[in-house]
Amino acid sequence: MSPSPTDRIEKKILLLAPRARVWRALTDPQEFGRWFGVEISGTFAPGARMKGKVTHKGYEHMTWDVTIDRMEAPRLFSWRWHPYAVEAGVDYSAEPTTLVVFELEEVANGTMLTVVESGFDRVPPARRAEAFRMNDQGWAAQMKSIEQHVGQTS
Amino acid sequence: MLARRARARAREAALEGSAPVFAALGDETRLRLVSRLGTEGPLSIARLTAGTTVTRQAVTKHLSVLAGAGLARGTRRGRERLWELEPEPILEARRRLELVSRQWDAALAKLKAAVEG
Repeated sequence: MSPSPTDRIEKKILLLAPRARVWRALTDPQEFGRWFGVEISGTFAPGARMKGKVTHKGYEHMTWDVTIDRMEAPRLFSWRWHPYAVEAGVDYSAEPTTLVVFELEEVANGTMLTVVESGFDRVPPARRAEAFRMNDQGWAAQMKSIEQHVGQTS
Repeated sequence: MLARRARARAREAALEGSAPVFAALGDETRLRLVSRLGTEGPLSIARLTAGTTVTRQAVTKHLSVLAGAGLARGTRRGRERLWELEPEPILEARRRLELVSRQWDAALAKLKAAVEG
């Protein structure tokens, strides 16, 4: 069976920084929190459940809640989460998760980072639709402001 | 407006709990059926099998998988049944992936600024 076209997202980005630097930005909770927009306490370790408060303006009611999967310094870091679990106080634990994998590869002028999020096909469609309605407007607006000062993001 | 919302809710209720909806698209024959229904509009099983090596039985089976996933619908027209796409679940899946994709773009742009700064 060929992979379904709706199951995964893949992103590649060239970062002009050494791999060790990128690894730290991904796996140090404070550093991670700063660019990802979440307030976390604790330490990332395989199997650890991490929760944090989302700090994006307008999204402060959301909780960032992941279970760390693998940490293989300095090349692979992954977690599982509920992709649209955005309402505080709602228990999503019975629902399927998606897997987020960061892979870091040394290249001539820095680090090639690949992010793959997969498993969307197992998320109940009704939940996807609901999450889409809740998120769409806000993200569209935020993307516009980011696009203005960043060039290459794919 | 209300009717549309009620219909949308009914559709979601019908979809909810149905095993991996989009796994239905992971099969080559079904993908081809979806693509033909999408470009040629409602078709009978006879039209869908004409000129292919796929049997009538096989097409019927694949169509019922698609229908079970909420992706296609058959309507009786005289002595035959016409099959058409239910595009909303597919569109919804695309929009959803597009949204998540934009979220990653935003996050990675910030990561880039953080490690290169």
